[in-house]
Amino acid sequence: MQLIECPWCGPREEVEFSYGGQAHVPYPDDPGGLSDEEWAHYVFFRDNTKGRFAERWNHSIGCRRWFNAIRDTATYRFERVYRLDDPKPVTP
Amino acid sequence: MTSTSRTAEGGRIDRATTLEFTFDGQPFTGHPGDTLASALLASGRHQIATSIKLGRPRGVAAAWAEDPGSLVQIEEPFPEPMLLATTVELYDGLAAHGLPGQGRLAEVPDSARYDAVHHHVDLLVVGAGPAGLAAALTAARAGARVAVVDEQSEAGGSLLSGTERLDGAPALQWVAAAVAELAEHPEVLHLQRTTAFGSYEDGFVLALERRTDHLGATAPKHLARQRVWRFRARSIVVATGAHERPVVFTDNDRPGIMLAGAARTFLHRYGVLPGREAVVFTTNDSAYDAALDLHRVGVCVQAVVDARPEGSARREECERAGIRVLPGAVVTGTQGVDRVTHALVAPFVDGEVGAGSAIACDLLLVSGGWNPAVHLFSQARGRLRYDEGLGAFLPGEELDGLSVTGSATGVSDLGGCLAHGQRVARAALAALAITPAGDDRLPAAPEAVVPTAPLVLWRVPDSSGAEGSTQFVDLQRDATVADIARAVGAGLRSIEHIKRYTTIGTAHDQGKTSGVLTSGITAELLGIPVQDTGTTTFRPPYTPVAFAALAGRDRGRLFDPERVTALHEWHVAAGAVFEDVGQWKRPRYYPQPGEDMEAAVLRECAAARTGVGILDGSTLGKIDVQGPDAAVLLDRLYTNLISSLKVGSVRYGVMCGVDGMVIDDGTVLRLAEDRFLVLTTTGGAAKILDWMEEWVQTEWPDLRVHCTSVTEQWVTFPVVGPRSRDVIGAVFPDVDVSNEAFPFMTWRDTTLEGVPVRLARISFSGELAFEVYVNPWYAVAVWERLLEAGRPYGITPYGTETMHVLRAEKGYPIIGQDTDGTVTPQDLGMGWAVSKKKPDFVGKRSFARPANQDPLRKQLVGLLPTDRQTVLPEGSQIVEFFPDGQLPPPPVPMLGHVTSSYRSAELARPFALALVKGGRERIGDTVHVPVNGTLVPVEVTGSVLVDPEGARRDG
Repeated sequence: MQLIECPWCGPREEVEFSYGGQAHVPYPDDPGGLSDEEWAHYVFFRDNTKGRFAERWNHSIGCRRWFNAIRDTATYRFERVYRLDDPKPVTP
Repeated sequence: MTSTSRTAEGGRIDRATTLEFTFDGQPFTGHPGDTLASALLASGRHQIATSIKLGRPRGVAAAWAEDPGSLVQIEEPFPEPMLLATTVELYDGLAAHGLPGQGRLAEVPDSARYDAVHHHVDLLVVGAGPAGLAAALTAARAGARVAVVDEQSEAGGSLLSGTERLDGAPALQWVAAAVAELAEHPEVLHLQRTTAFGSYEDGFVLALERRTDHLGATAPKHLARQRVWRFRARSIVVATGAHERPVVFTDNDRPGIMLAGAARTFLHRYGVLPGREAVVFTTNDSAYDAALDLHRVGVCVQAVVDARPEGSARREECERAGIRVLPGAVVTGTQGVDRVTHALVAPFVDGEVGAGSAIACDLLLVSGGWNPAVHLFSQARGRLRYDEGLGAFLPGEELDGLSVTGSATGVSDLGGCLAHGQRVARAALAALAITPAGDDRLPAAPEAVVPTAPLVLWRVPDSSGAEGSTQFVDLQRDATVADIARAVGAGLRSIEHIKRYTTIGTAHDQGKTSGVLTSGITAELLGIPVQDTGTTTFRPPYTPVAFAALAGRDRGRLFDPERVTALHEWHVAAGAVFEDVGQWKRPRYYPQPGEDMEAAVLRECAAARTGVGILDGSTLGKIDVQGPDAAVLLDRLYTNLISSLKVGSVRYGVMCGVDGMVIDDGTVLRLAEDRFLVLTTTGGAAKILDWMEEWVQTEWPDLRVHCTSVTEQWVTFPVVGPRSRDVIGAVFPDVDVSNEAFPFMTWRDTTLEGVPVRLARISFSGELAFEVYVNPWYAVAVWERLLEAGRPYGITPYGTETMHVLRAEKGYPIIGQDTDGTVTPQDLGMGWAVSKKKPDFVGKRSFARPANQDPLRKQLVGLLPTDRQTVLPEGSQIVEFFPDGQLPPPPVPMLGHVTSSYRSAELARPFALALVKGGRERIGDTVHVPVNGTLVPVEVTGSVLVDPEGARRDG
């Protein structure tokens, strides 16, 4: 069980966190202006990346704050965490 | 039985104390310090069990957890299956018997306690042998926070099994001094009888401490029997030693055949003579110690059979003692039934076996080299490297935060192990920026004798004609060289496949002695290097761990928290039958003498519809939403408009996911311009709070709003029925309860003798109803006042079952029962609760998707069985006849299913709610529900069956 670095609390046990899916998928500014297909992409479609992936995580049985993380989906390792208002880090 | 095979002196047993035990029903004796295996061997008993498939006699083949032979079941003091006699410490009153590979779980509850402890350290040292103790001392002296765990009953590791000396004195004196020194460091935790069984990411190691197993019936009840230590270490030092490896030969499984090092352990640690006449078969120098040690205590060592053509430089040492050494020879087979009687010895030249002869013996010691115990390293994803010279897999890389030391790295001499342990610990400390102590002396070990190079020999060719079918590789699985040959012959190449095909390594011992042998034999059969075969994956646990230990305190009532309301004791006293709703215990109904559930619920329903009933609704989720933007948030999350709600009023609302499907419903009380009390379903309380937080944090951080659970800060008592106004008016005289002053869907605050109380006209039953909210401290007092005031009207407490019937009669859905994540508000007939005015809210855009416009979507309707008798089972499917009265051919199309079904007192018949394709278009139709093999005709109706105009609740 790995340690996850909560940006607010520091390293905590993995079981304290819950997964929130792909990060940087904002709620559309004008859902009514989207085609059915565009809306369906927001609701149902997510990337399924092998390797580095920007994800949302919640320190659900800790401070209950949401944050973003870059995680390697092949190794499970968290490479970095960042706050929701930070830009997506540029990864090599 | 007397100890016929006990040495005259020596060993780490307390000879002054005698312990009595039984094995296979026979009485035996032993001493404190014995294991079950050593006590049995001391009594001359070698056979422990029979094998799982072939029923062959099996005995003690090793001295600790790597033993594949001595499986036992303990019967007293508490039944426990699948233990090794070699790891069971002896205690008075132990009763055990041998197991043919499978045990029997206890049929009585385990009354022992188990617990878990979290512990954080700079350095965790696994193993308290020479290397581990050296590492631990180095770290302790540097002031580091250290934990040392070791699976044996006392520290010392391999030193317990030999006669080594340090600083010119017996090495165990140094061990005792080291242990005493560690005890003086306050930041050092030293645990014996503690097996590190799993290593994971980021320095996480699980270890099992056996705290009272060795005490038998005298174990103090207040102590946890076993404890799981959850270590989080900044750095880990693995000093787990090595397991001796056998050589495979024909009939290598008879009792009396054991690893050479094990014989030394039984001799030196337990004072046991494992035989009278011994043959030692080896490929390396380490077995020479066993031969010489046994000889010194009077065992007749018939021969040392050394597979190496030149033998060993230690040959002369043996011959001086009068021990015959046969270089260039192997053991090709054995004789005997329940104990070995002869070893068949033959010349071994260039891999060919010559003509042999039988040598009488009752003990056959075997050594094929040593396998470093790399389990924890490998579990931590460390890559292994095959060493051609040692015929063993060694740690093949450096890992961050985990290092391996001592014989677990292939170092074989005592001085080398001590120095290696210290070096590894210093490197680990340096990585943690901890400075080693200046005075960090280790004891002087005798100069190491360079051993003659070992021979890597996995198995002796089978000259018996049986083609390896009695050459046992995994004794626990009765798996042989012939089985590996069959796997290879079937085309298997991967060692993982061969493991599963042959089952080698899948038994209790997880291949501690058989795993590397299988890699070697497979490589030999395939003609490829052993490095290419590799090993199977090492997975936790290193040794078996009882589920009870893993469960710890999380058993029974502590497995999942039980939540009870402030009125729980009252409900219990009232004879309530409870049901679980999430983690809550809720009264389901309150049976009177002679009543079953149906009778009780009909009575409770009738009371609520015709008089007055009262419910403990405290489990209802409650969320306090505060802030200048509270109304904005709720407008975005509810399908209907909340911001237009007036302070003092209540509105029902529905929440959907972005896909437009209903996730929860409930009422909202506007407490102030900037404050709302959101009521959720009992099961949805936590989920909806999370849902609100997620949107506020991730999408709308600009909103000035905070959400807090107040579920446990308020108890809620709905007072329901035509006489509810009388009851509320009597208990709260300061409140004008008239319909004009206190209309439906409003709330009022009042006080009762200074205690704040909130009243709300909310109805989940369709009746005139008032919900009473108060601080839980006053729950019982207020509840009893309400009962007292309701007595003239026959006030009747009712449970969740009646609550469900009442709401279902009104067509009020339960989210999660009448819905399943594919149901929109429109499907529920709640289009009225979906705002047309709001430009957007979560889920709105999805309502316009074509799939959500389909007129054949399943819709919530009522069903009335036309026989007025049948209570349709919830979950039943709904089918339809063709116009000609015939059923469609199979597969018969399913129109939907029954979601709620009850018997109604009000309607005097059973009824149901159902999700039916195009249901609202079918109102008035007759469809059918299969019940117990017959098709029950039911009429499709609207979902509201009682008081569709709402005159009662509004009154």
